[in-house]
Amino acid sequence: MWLEALTLQLGYNATLVTLGAMALGIAAGVTGTFLFLRKRALVSDAISHATLPGVGIAFMLMVALGGDGRSLIGLLLGSAASAGFGLLCIGWLTKYTRLAEDAAIGAVLSVFFGFGIVLLTIIQNLSAGRQAGLESFLLGSTAGMLWNDAIIIAVGGTLTLLLVVAMRRPMTLVAFDPEYAAARGVNVDRIDLAIMALVMAVTVVGLKIVGLILIVAMLIIPPVTARFWSDRTDHVVILSGVLGGAAAYIGAAFSASAPALPTGPIIVLVSFAFFAASLLFAPGRGVLAAVLRHRRFQRRVHMRQGLLALAQAQPIYEGYTLRLLKSAGLVQADGVATDRGKARAAKALRDEKRWELVRADQAMEGAAALYDGLRDLETVLTADQIAEIDIKLGGPQGVPV
Amino acid sequence: MTVALATEQGIAAVDLIAESPLAIRGMTVSYGEKPAVFSVDMTVAEGAMTAIIGPNGAGKSTLLKAALGVIKPLAGQATVFGASLKTQRARIAYVPQRASVDWDFPTRVLDVVMMGLYRELGLLRRVRAHHIDKATDCLDRVGMADFADRQIGQLSGGQQQRVFLARALAQGADLYLLDEPFAGVDAATEKAIISVLKSLIDEGKTVVAVHHDLATVTEYFDHVFLINTRKVAEGPVSEAFTSGNLIAAYGGRLATAQIDQLDLAAG
Amino acid sequence: MSGAEFVPLSLTPLLIGVFSAIACALPGNFLVLRRQALIGDAISHVVLPGIVVAFLVTGVVSAWPMMIGAALASLVAVGLIEAIRRLGKIEPGAAMGVTFTAMFAGGVLLLEQTDTSSVHLDVEHALYGNLESLIWLDAIGWESLLDASALAGLPDELLRIFMTLIGVCLFIGLFWRPLKVSTFDPGFAEALGMRTGLIGLSLVVVAAVAAVAAFDAVGSIIVIAMFICPPAAARMMTNQLGKQIGWSVVFAMLSAILGYVLAGYGPLWLGANHAVSAAGMIATISGLLLALAAIAGPCRHRSGAPAH
Repeated sequence: MWLEALTLQLGYNATLVTLGAMALGIAAGVTGTFLFLRKRALVSDAISHATLPGVGIAFMLMVALGGDGRSLIGLLLGSAASAGFGLLCIGWLTKYTRLAEDAAIGAVLSVFFGFGIVLLTIIQNLSAGRQAGLESFLLGSTAGMLWNDAIIIAVGGTLTLLLVVAMRRPMTLVAFDPEYAAARGVNVDRIDLAIMALVMAVTVVGLKIVGLILIVAMLIIPPVTARFWSDRTDHVVILSGVLGGAAAYIGAAFSASAPALPTGPIIVLVSFAFFAASLLFAPGRGVLAAVLRHRRFQRRVHMRQGLLALAQAQPIYEGYTLRLLKSAGLVQADGVATDRGKARAAKALRDEKRWELVRADQAMEGAAALYDGLRDLETVLTADQIAEIDIKLGGPQGVPV
Repeated sequence: MTVALATEQGIAAVDLIAESPLAIRGMTVSYGEKPAVFSVDMTVAEGAMTAIIGPNGAGKSTLLKAALGVIKPLAGQATVFGASLKTQRARIAYVPQRASVDWDFPTRVLDVVMMGLYRELGLLRRVRAHHIDKATDCLDRVGMADFADRQIGQLSGGQQQRVFLARALAQGADLYLLDEPFAGVDAATEKAIISVLKSLIDEGKTVVAVHHDLATVTEYFDHVFLINTRKVAEGPVSEAFTSGNLIAAYGGRLATAQIDQLDLAAG
Repeated sequence: MSGAEFVPLSLTPLLIGVFSAIACALPGNFLVLRRQALIGDAISHVVLPGIVVAFLVTGVVSAWPMMIGAALASLVAVGLIEAIRRLGKIEPGAAMGVTFTAMFAGGVLLLEQTDTSSVHLDVEHALYGNLESLIWLDAIGWESLLDASALAGLPDELLRIFMTLIGVCLFIGLFWRPLKVSTFDPGFAEALGMRTGLIGLSLVVVAAVAAVAAFDAVGSIIVIAMFICPPAAARMMTNQLGKQIGWSVVFAMLSAILGYVLAGYGPLWLGANHAVSAAGMIATISGLLLALAAIAGPCRHRSGAPAH
């Protein structure tokens, strides 16, 4: 069953939904990256919660106009309208009042959602006996989905993806460096608006699959995950799309294989698994790498400080420094430097003196800027340059041996 | 030279530290993998006004914050009047950078100054008339008494800085640490602040300020501490504020022509 | 309306709504000022996995284990957010987004996997709560307020949220000065020797406790709305923290009372015969109050606002 699902052998609807979810996942991952890089990840939370009143109003309107109210296209249009209005409210609150963006997001999110719930309870009472099934927008539900709905999702997901691909260059430019983008003649405000419009599109298409509470995860988790693996904007964008697409594909297929596996939560949890693995094990920014690097770094700092103190005959106050020096065989148990320790200390002090000259020399400004107390001079200057400095220093006098 | 001898010197050094309002030993602070401050020693002279100077990103503010325990250093320690920071908090007043707080916070000028009385008031002690008088006096000293009831967001940059100074005065400390007190303030405020600081010195207090403007160092300060990640020099302005030390601290970032215009110590 | 009808059917839900609103709005003031408004959002989402796990562990739907589970879940969430933010160097908003969506998804999945058909435990209940059902059956009128045997039949939720409210008030009152100083100027607070990290964490824990206690009665929507809307509206009424807190309490009470009344009686006045969700209506009213304050509040603008 599980394999069949992954290889798309569970029937037309499941296949369409899975492919649509994947397209949506890619679109969400890519769009979410721009949102994340603009430091506005949680705006998506407000957008998604703000869709609910739109769903309710659209349903009531369609019923009032004589329809049965369950047309997915109509409901999605309604949700887009109210999400757009919510977005306007956030913009207005942050621009014209003293509220910070986080408070505006939270206010819009909770109020719109609360109002949406009010509408849902009205609808439940209105159409007593006729189950509107609007609750499925809260958590998404692909079970028993109609062929038409599956088509809408597949087409919607693909269209959103195409739009994202078409817009990727200016959006990357703005996300990477808005001021530079503005100088290049890109209209930053308009691109920001386009990003928001895409977020809305992703949200609206995703409502039926993952539901409004969890759609934010598809916009936030893949970019954050991708960020662990690269510092380059374009790489993060692509990787985030791949991760988002993979999570959605695996999640949708997996959930189609068994009845009690709701699509939305599975997609989110697959995505989170990618995230957790990256957080821990990514080579550059991962926690494990960072902890190891920090400890190595701390050891280098203490070692260097200890050696300089030895060379300048200053007392060492830090226990950790002393322990390091001892375990490296540079000082004896009584705190007196060994021969090797003296030699290393002399070298450290000499390096420091060389650096002093480099940093006072206006001609070597570039090299001087790299000074951080730890860097070896050999990595910055050539042997000839160092020899020149040594001539200025005038031999190893002043270095206690 | 042997290390045994070094230990004796060390004891002498510790005695010296005991005198100092603020002594820093082997302080290294790092944001990520690049130390902003590396193995810095500093001994602040009592009763003097000391400027911490150095180029942008040289670790001036970082050193001050690490000495106060506001950020955690990677190595090193600070003593205040010869004792641990913890036991001496009441003797220190700190003026953070003006830009470090949210001036839209819902509070009045007087309330900010009252924050300086926190150690006196504690969690629940009642605010009495003499507390308010004290805060008002401090505001008066910086020329802001008329603004006591203003909302802090309505103040100009210079006025905000004076309020911060008044809050520090309310702390009634012996050591005043100021982070860029003259950044972005008008000339009148700069004058007002410097005269308050000089009056503190006259009362026997010690003042340390992170300072940017090399042109006013000689006029305002007694001592300088030059830093660029490492300590470059420290001492009385007449000895340490030399072109050689400035070049060592600023490197290529300071043109010779600029140095020529400064009122430097011979060196 | 007569006491015989009001006291048993409406008094307790009203009180519970008001207490919940105030208990959330009080810490909300500081969260909003600290730019941590969305912590409330995160907490209210992770309450669901908390109660589901508590149900799986104990096998019963009972208030205390569930509240403890929810409180633990909020602590886990806060810890995770901090860890992701610091260790991964991720901005707080994104760290929250990752954490609460993943935990909520876990909660929903667990719920679907578990047979909860025999018990009243579902996502909708977690979102809307059931304020309307917290009635006081033993009461026959105002006189029941003096009747010990009737008082014993008060809903447990009322006592719990009342105790929580008292706890929240004590926390804010006791730590008023450190909270204020460390919110305004954390660097200065640290130099005074305050443990700003601990103060911040305590605030979040108190907020979480308030959220869990309120959630138990009114569902998570009100919780987010009450954390943010009354304090945000209050901020636009005054430039003094003390007065802001006062205004936020007023707004919270107004939202709870108006929301409850409108949800229960509004549809009847309009000729419909079913009440609508009280939780949703309370959130809606708090939003309308915020909108009014944003349009006409004397201190709504960032600078140049009139004093007082």
